[in-house]
Amino acid sequence: MSVDVSDVAAVAEDVESFRTRAREWIRGNLGPFRPETAMGLRSVPAEEELAAVAYDRQLQRKVYDAGFAGIAIPREYGGQGLTAAHQRAFNEELAGYECATRFQIPTMCPCAAVLLDFGTEEQKIRHIPAMLRGEEIWMQFLSEPSGGSDVAGALTSAVRDGDEWVLNGSKVWTTGAWWSDWALCLARTNWDVPKHRGLSVFILPIKQSGVDVHQIEMLNGAKDFCQEFLTDVRVPDTDRVGAVDDGWTVVTRWMFHERTLFNSPYVTYPQGQVHTVADASPADIARDAGVLDDPRARDLIGEARTLDVVGDALMQRIAGGMRAGRISDQSAAIGRLYRGIAGTRTATIKFDIAGPDAAAWSDDDGGISQAGNGFLMRQTACIGGGTTEMARNVISERVLGFPREQLPDRNVPFREVPRGGSR
Amino acid sequence: MLWELNADQEFFRDTTAKFLSERVPVEAIRRRRHETDAFDAEYWRRGADLGWTSLLVGEEAGGGSISGDPVVDLTLIAYEFGRAAAPGPLTSANVVAAALSGAGSHPEVVADLLSGATVAGWAHAEPRGGIGAVGLEIRADGAELVLDGVKRPVEAAGQAGWFLVSGRTGDGLTQVLVPADAPGVSVAALQTVDLTGRFGTVTFDGVRVPRDAVVGEIGGAAAQLEYQLQLALVIQAAETVGAMQRGFDMTVEWAADRYSFGRPLASYQAIKHRFADLKSWLEASHAIADSAAAAVSARAAGAGELVSVAKAYIGEYGLELLQDCVQLHGGIGLTFEHDLHLFLRRATVDRALHGTPAQHRARIAQFVIDREGSAA
Repeated sequence: MSVDVSDVAAVAEDVESFRTRAREWIRGNLGPFRPETAMGLRSVPAEEELAAVAYDRQLQRKVYDAGFAGIAIPREYGGQGLTAAHQRAFNEELAGYECATRFQIPTMCPCAAVLLDFGTEEQKIRHIPAMLRGEEIWMQFLSEPSGGSDVAGALTSAVRDGDEWVLNGSKVWTTGAWWSDWALCLARTNWDVPKHRGLSVFILPIKQSGVDVHQIEMLNGAKDFCQEFLTDVRVPDTDRVGAVDDGWTVVTRWMFHERTLFNSPYVTYPQGQVHTVADASPADIARDAGVLDDPRARDLIGEARTLDVVGDALMQRIAGGMRAGRISDQSAAIGRLYRGIAGTRTATIKFDIAGPDAAAWSDDDGGISQAGNGFLMRQTACIGGGTTEMARNVISERVLGFPREQLPDRNVPFREVPRGGSR
Repeated sequence: MLWELNADQEFFRDTTAKFLSERVPVEAIRRRRHETDAFDAEYWRRGADLGWTSLLVGEEAGGGSISGDPVVDLTLIAYEFGRAAAPGPLTSANVVAAALSGAGSHPEVVADLLSGATVAGWAHAEPRGGIGAVGLEIRADGAELVLDGVKRPVEAAGQAGWFLVSGRTGDGLTQVLVPADAPGVSVAALQTVDLTGRFGTVTFDGVRVPRDAVVGEIGGAAAQLEYQLQLALVIQAAETVGAMQRGFDMTVEWAADRYSFGRPLASYQAIKHRFADLKSWLEASHAIADSAAAAVSARAAGAGELVSVAKAYIGEYGLELLQDCVQLHGGIGLTFEHDLHLFLRRATVDRALHGTPAQHRARIAQFVIDREGSAA
């Protein structure tokens, strides 16, 4: 079934009738959700990953053609011009069905969200519809090898040269940069002011000379995390996002969007399938391990389900509270902390349910076969997207108002800030 | 606690909050520790005037809700009960009133419950029982029903004029309303950690009641009892969240005011990170308590699982939070003089009543397995 995009949402459609329409289309047109092909840090051959990327492009296009891409994105940028509630209804109906995960995070959130907040009209019109059509996968060139959680300490430099900027430096922890198209990039444009005041944000194509993408092998064999080396990369000034040296204003919003992720109004993702490392559900693993009737396994299944359901309720509460202005945007850190802790706990639960077979398995062991690697990679949930320690600082200082940690680099020109080694 | 209350709900909640802070301040709660009764009759009657007992009863029977979402309205009161560690059989009164009016039986008793003139005990739990395990026998004998068995713990058993008793009739479950003074009914007081909680063991030894004592249908009470459990759990969740919020607020204030080694406690990163964890547990508990209340109010299909999730989460993390508040206070947090334990006590009792977190995790696992099994 194909719907003429221009007719959809011409009049404001109420959420329930939208939901019904979405349900019919989803059931008639989409296959089952396959977590093993979703974006994530798994050890799969390169051809398999590239095939999954190509399939995601087609799938995203299909959703776009049906009039369900960018549900809460304004119509002038290729979206449907509806509300966060419509997106949420779609995500609920999408539970159990396939989804073009590579076009959601970080493409729609935080990248498209940042463009919507700070991009020029030309930037928005050029890129957001292309994302929604399945043509542009975006990445975040944010973290740096020396930076850890200190995002404002970026060393990648951008030097003005006429109408262009010349970028040099290195970015890291970019999931899937090797098969992606565009990047949102933070760079230092002024070394003579304190660190937060000398940053600017740019956009650039990844596949160009001067951008050297290296795949980093992770401890589970996955090679989707990348490090990029930027050597004299020229970016036109029209591809700058936000004001020169005011990049921190952009990054603050950028990180806010990153903390909302699966609860963002711009992200299409099946409700209840927010898994990072995990694939099979705890109940699936218990069944495969033959312990479904074991009271200890049941206790763990109940605990994992509890963490999942509570997490969903928490994300709704925080998003609703922020929308209503009842709590500050900094409260997004509460969701980030919860997701990290619940994610690591769930990985442990799966490992424990899998039992001794998690130590040594064969490919036909089903859900058990991922439990060991899932456990090894457990801390991903507490590190990626800013560590839980940073989230705890934000919660205690910005939400609860406790005294801030001392910051020796606060009012010092960045050029004079002490820096450690390259590791 | 919900962030989007309408003005009527805010007023309703505020009225109870004000009443509780005037009528049962912490000193009054401490004084209750040696009293036989948990509350005085006048306190309860005035609370009933404020709407504590009538929300789940239809207007035709003298009740009515504030917002059209009666269960949600009731959780506003329960939350204030938790914040004040207030006495009174809020759960029993509402569960029994809802059961009687839902079944359309015993209107005169409903009227007395609504006015606060009478208190009824919800006699459902049994000694050493799992969630909803019923062993008490109810058998028909001519025009009468005969009850044999033991219920425990029963809230406010000593002050109750009536007991709503669940029993097994052959393969089915039955509920009957029994006067507390019926021959064969005996009440033995239990001890508890809560200063204002009063519970008893109620024994039914060949207790005879007429057939019209039945609430609903003989052998057909399973769905009613599941709904009553859901009501009890959302009331309990909101109450525990209220106690958590109060304990957390006290501890935040303490950490900001208390200086050690020349700096406020709240300036140490080790302490700050601990508070961040507590804040995430607190907000998560608010969120799941509200979700469960909304689902029960709407009689949603997933309500049974949600209330168990709320219990499993809040039962664990709520108590961890309050114990951490004791830890963050140091020695003073372990004294009777300090107020913190009043809220820890209430939450401790709530953790154990109506199924432990572990029992609810087992129930959740069954929901998951049933669902995934039927989908496969």
